[in-house]
Amino acid sequence: MNLRRLSVGLLVGLLLSGCATVQTPDERDPWESMNRSVFSFNEKLDRFILRPVATTYRDVVPNWTRKGVHNFFGNLGDVWSAVNNGLAARRQDTADSISRVFVNTTLGVLGIFDVATELKIERHKADFGTTLGRWGVKPGPYVVLPLLGPGTLREVAALPVDYSANLTNQFTEAATRDTLKVLNVVDTRATYLGASDTAEGAALDAYSFIRDAYLQRQRYIQYDGNPPEPEEPPYEEP
Amino acid sequence: MRQMKVGAIGFLLGSLLLALSWAVRAEDEAPEQFVKRVSVEVLDSIKADKAMRNGDVNRVMALVDTRIMPNLDFVRMTASAVGPAWRQASPEQKTRLQEEFKILLTRTYSGALAQVGDQTVEVKPLRGSAEDKELVVRTEIRNGSEVVQMDYRLTKTPGQGPGWKIYNLNVMGVWLVDTYKTQFASEINAKGLDGLISSLSERNKSNAKK
Repeated sequence: MNLRRLSVGLLVGLLLSGCATVQTPDERDPWESMNRSVFSFNEKLDRFILRPVATTYRDVVPNWTRKGVHNFFGNLGDVWSAVNNGLAARRQDTADSISRVFVNTTLGVLGIFDVATELKIERHKADFGTTLGRWGVKPGPYVVLPLLGPGTLREVAALPVDYSANLTNQFTEAATRDTLKVLNVVDTRATYLGASDTAEGAALDAYSFIRDAYLQRQRYIQYDGNPPEPEEPPYEEP
Repeated sequence: MRQMKVGAIGFLLGSLLLALSWAVRAEDEAPEQFVKRVSVEVLDSIKADKAMRNGDVNRVMALVDTRIMPNLDFVRMTASAVGPAWRQASPEQKTRLQEEFKILLTRTYSGALAQVGDQTVEVKPLRGSAEDKELVVRTEIRNGSEVVQMDYRLTKTPGQGPGWKIYNLNVMGVWLVDTYKTQFASEINAKGLDGLISSLSERNKSNAKK
């Protein structure tokens, strides 16, 4: 089967079905109607495949094993964070990230144990999207990607770089590579099991709830935890 | 002579007023202290109550009513989430909106209580001045190596309770009240205030069944 043709077909189908009218347009989300259809596609995929798999993984695999898996991918992530913190010339963050990788790869047995955190070496997550942001690239419109979920145009532009730098791609044996990739997805999803249940119960409209929270969080990361306060009209006593 | 009398009375009155205002101010807590005390109180009551951590909704509701609500300016939180339409709301609609919003928030976050363990709260140094009418208190909740950032927006309520009330909170960069603004606005645009109220109460009912 031609996978490429299938996915193109899927995407076109999605785009065509995405003609819902947008009730409350948001200037940060000009492609809302398309985004909404990708979002509902992702929701279905999640409900029928990803969430059940992640739940089983959580219930069947012992805690210490899951922790080891999580730490292993975290360590690979720290390598990429070190590079990106370096690209943005953040000395302390780069130094911390490098120390984390050294400590965890050696003392932590290839990253399975997160010794660095015990030693209070902080994690400073950064990918190429973060780097572009630090270089002054504006986030651009909000985009929901099939499978990958919420992002902005800047993150989408950074994806090829992030993808080619992903260390799981460096394994030459296809079987190992694919296992690692699947495990990575399952581990990530399992981490957010609690959070996604909360979001579902909290929202009248899960789409805009997640979008607003995502964009706020991005802005917060962009400003290193000190975003300028938006101008709010003074509150009048009711 | 008369001049002096007036002066003396003036002085007396002045110092009386000063003493009074000082007495009022003395009862007001420092904002950092207020946040620290409330967080610790809430965490401690959760730790002490196993039924609550296992998701006993009645216990959680009791905690919310006794320990949390008195420290919130919940009218303001609801008003801000509802947006401009709040001004057109009737008193009954306002009460209903507050009730449903409170249930929605409580039910939503009661699931997270199961994760309460050995967390400690650390309040960061205040940036503004305690004289400000409104300010942000930043805290970090630590559990071993995990750090979650939680910030609170406070408004001054002089002489009333501890002197402060919380009207918004931020978890890891996301302001709670703000994430409801868009959703509420689109409900109101489509179905009006009563539409929003009924959507909220439906959502609460379906959450209760879970």
